[in-house]
Amino acid sequence: MIRTVSARTLDRAKILLFAAGLFPLARWIWLGMQNDLTANPVEFLSRSSGTWTLVCLLVTLSVSPLRQWLQQPALLRWRRMCGLFTFFYASLHALAWAWWDQSFEWAPMLSDVWKRPFIMVGMAAFLTMSLLAITSTHGWMRRLGRRWQHLHSLIYAIALLGLLHYYWHKSGKNDFTTVAIYAAVTALLLGWRLLRFQKRRAP
Amino acid sequence: MPNYRAPQIHSSEITPEEVWQSRRHWMKAAGASLLTGAAAGWPSIGGAATLPSLDATVSKQFFTMEPRTPEKDAASYNNFYEFGLDKGDPVKHAHRLQTSPWKLRIEGEVVSPKTLDIDDIRKLAPLEERTYRMRCVEGWSMVIPWIGYSMSELLKQVQPTGNAKYVEFITDVQPKNMPGLSSRTIQWPYNEALRLDEAMHPLTMLVLGMYGKVLPNQNGAPVRLMVPWKYGFKSAKSIVTIRLTEKQPVSSWMKALPSEYGFYSNVNPEVSHPRWSQATERRIGEDGVFAPKRKTLMFNGYGNEVASLYTGMDLRKNY
Repeated sequence: MIRTVSARTLDRAKILLFAAGLFPLARWIWLGMQNDLTANPVEFLSRSSGTWTLVCLLVTLSVSPLRQWLQQPALLRWRRMCGLFTFFYASLHALAWAWWDQSFEWAPMLSDVWKRPFIMVGMAAFLTMSLLAITSTHGWMRRLGRRWQHLHSLIYAIALLGLLHYYWHKSGKNDFTTVAIYAAVTALLLGWRLLRFQKRRAP
Repeated sequence: MPNYRAPQIHSSEITPEEVWQSRRHWMKAAGASLLTGAAAGWPSIGGAATLPSLDATVSKQFFTMEPRTPEKDAASYNNFYEFGLDKGDPVKHAHRLQTSPWKLRIEGEVVSPKTLDIDDIRKLAPLEERTYRMRCVEGWSMVIPWIGYSMSELLKQVQPTGNAKYVEFITDVQPKNMPGLSSRTIQWPYNEALRLDEAMHPLTMLVLGMYGKVLPNQNGAPVRLMVPWKYGFKSAKSIVTIRLTEKQPVSSWMKALPSEYGFYSNVNPEVSHPRWSQATERRIGEDGVFAPKRKTLMFNGYGNEVASLYTGMDLRKNY
């Protein structure tokens, strides 16, 4: 039986989570210093930021199942930071597109979003995620009350949109190995919630 | 304060990166050939510096003032799916490609089919160095000095028959040496094709080397195609068969993703790929991280030479 970790301990250890969240950024800087960002650093960073967004998203989604499996309810106190790191890497990913791909030209950006489902789906996920990031504070939790819970259920839609975006990206090479791995983990995490939902409903 | 002077290092004492990098390749390749007992022939090595040089006359006709892409980038950032889907994979795995002996078969609608080895191909016409822009369908580009001659020199030798309308190029399949063949991305062997007049165009090149040396394996050794006004994937690598046909061949990419890749695949900034725009591109090794992308030119800037091949054709339909 594992000892239940107190909320205070987890609060104090939050700095470790923060450091872990900065790992991808630190890695990019390190690779940049070694001149090791491939012959096409712009493409590498655009893709890498997208990959890490997905990873952070799945980490965020695994907090609730882990709370139950490990019987550590206090883990909830780490969930917001996981979500905000997801938003941080998603922002860098969107910035990479707007800057490197589109040179901040508004008209081509809008037409890119409108014409290409691949971009549209990614943008929809990012905008929805921005809404969740803004309302992640205690103040907004209080103001929204029960509705906060409903609003933040949108993370499931974001996860599916993100996966679809990644699937379309990879479909150019018919290369679905990594997509299948991310999809399987997502299915596991969402499936666990469905089961829990059904159990609660059952008399 | 005393003046301290750092000891000067003579430039002759510094080992150039290509050399120490190539030592690693050489040692790996040597180890591999010892293990497999492949004693025959020089092991094929990925490191550019160890490749034999290839003499050629610099072409004044096919030349660009644009700066060349660093050789290291051109030889380490490749699409060669037989060695993996990642652009860093070919340089890691292509040393396994067996390039000697090599036979190139030219067959189909020709009066005299031929099987040539690399020495025959080298002697077939004077070698020229031509610097071409290369635009990848993925939105990046390079400027590469290729060594070879016009494909027409080779095709004239076999005398296409009156039925010959297309030329198909087929890449080798070496199941033991190509780890990427397990991927079902496209059908193997990789094939590409041109219309006969496109293949006979003087710009269309049969390539044996680049940057003054024979081709590195990851760039399609020992013999490849280069069609500078089409997206890079049209220029098949490591070719074993050239087949002249009456009917339009279906290329690997047309089979895999017909909505994304058509037969012509001419560089065209006005026709978007379904998932991205083709209006701009990033020049590898030259455009800084903070530089905006440059505009892509119609036919990759070779419009004066090749636009007449497509008179009267709707290039939106014939993408």
